[in-house]
Amino acid sequence: MEMPKSGEFAHIGKSVVIKGELSGSEDLYVDGTVEGTIQLQGNNLVIGPNGHVHADVNAKGVAVQGKLEGNIRASERVELQKSAVIVGDIVTQRIAIEEGAYFKGKVDIQREATASGSSASRSEHYGEGKSASAPVASGAAAASGATPSGKASSASVGPNTPVIKQ
Amino acid sequence: MASVTHSFMKLFRGSSVDSAQAARPVSTTQRLTRRSSGLGEVSRTLQSEEPICVLDIGYTSATNIRYLTERGHKIYSEDLLEASTDPSLITKNEQGQVILDSRRFLADNLVYPAAQFDVVLCWNLADYMDESLVKPVVARLWSTIKPGGLLLAFFHTREAGPDAPCYRYHIVGNDVLEMQHVEARKDVRKGPTGALHTAIEKSFRLQRVFNNRHVETLFRDFGSIKFFLTRDNIREVLVVR
Repeated sequence: MEMPKSGEFAHIGKSVVIKGELSGSEDLYVDGTVEGTIQLQGNNLVIGPNGHVHADVNAKGVAVQGKLEGNIRASERVELQKSAVIVGDIVTQRIAIEEGAYFKGKVDIQREATASGSSASRSEHYGEGKSASAPVASGAAAASGATPSGKASSASVGPNTPVIKQ
Repeated sequence: MASVTHSFMKLFRGSSVDSAQAARPVSTTQRLTRRSSGLGEVSRTLQSEEPICVLDIGYTSATNIRYLTERGHKIYSEDLLEASTDPSLITKNEQGQVILDSRRFLADNLVYPAAQFDVVLCWNLADYMDESLVKPVVARLWSTIKPGGLLLAFFHTREAGPDAPCYRYHIVGNDVLEMQHVEARKDVRKGPTGALHTAIEKSFRLQRVFNNRHVETLFRDFGSIKFFLTRDNIREVLVVR
């Protein structure tokens, strides 16, 4: 999973309540309440332990420690931590669920085709705690339509591997 | 802010070491392995090249989600036993007996289009669920299963005893399950004097023992039923819609 390049990310504190459409082009940490929709294509969302999100989410990666009622569409991966309570459907390439997480809904794994045209290996899908992919720094790649998920299956790709923008 | 940064980086670092450290299991209960003939029969359908729809109404199981999605199937997960503990379901019948409101339960749970699922994994739900919900839930499941679809359920025999522990089931092979004891949840609260009190909540007790006739009656609307008797006092039942 891509790390924030500059270390900057948006933070919604636990006393903050937002109603409406939330969108952005940076990573987001939500520890407050959000009702509506969250659009973060190409970026990551973390719902903190105090977070209460009643919204459909569209992001690159989603990690949940708090509560989410709504559907999740993550182009790369979803993580449900042990304190997570999720009610809604999940569409993603990879999912990890910690022991103790509560989930009610559908899980639909949809893998992107790699740049070579072959589908990503099913074996990289993982469950409690194990990660099968290395992160790829690919802000440009997300915009260009390249497929970092295919490269992420290679153990030789490091967190700062540059991706050529086409 | 520093702790938020740390959380963010830890969650999205993606290395196997960090992910392993982040995954601290809530329960340290040892998992027992058992062979399941019923699961073996269901696995013939699970091996299908065509994606199928599976409904798992046991505890949220990352293992089951991984097992099924790795095979290209869609899985719906819904913990009905947990949902049945909602205090707002408690009501009284005409005789004044305390029961659970099955209409309200089914308004919030098992809400799916008709004939959606190829397989339903019921596990030991019927043994531990409140009496007032069992038949309505089975009737609802009948409507959600496709014609020819399968439902797998486990029932204790009388020899299991009234204190038979409630287990979670994880699919780890074609006919292999891991059983994980469901521990009673402990809630530590502060009393009015400031003293800490430990309350034991949500420990599921065996509600009843079904005999073969009871099981056949419960699934009478289904097309066929097959029993598998095991050595651990569990009767596995596979029904076909």
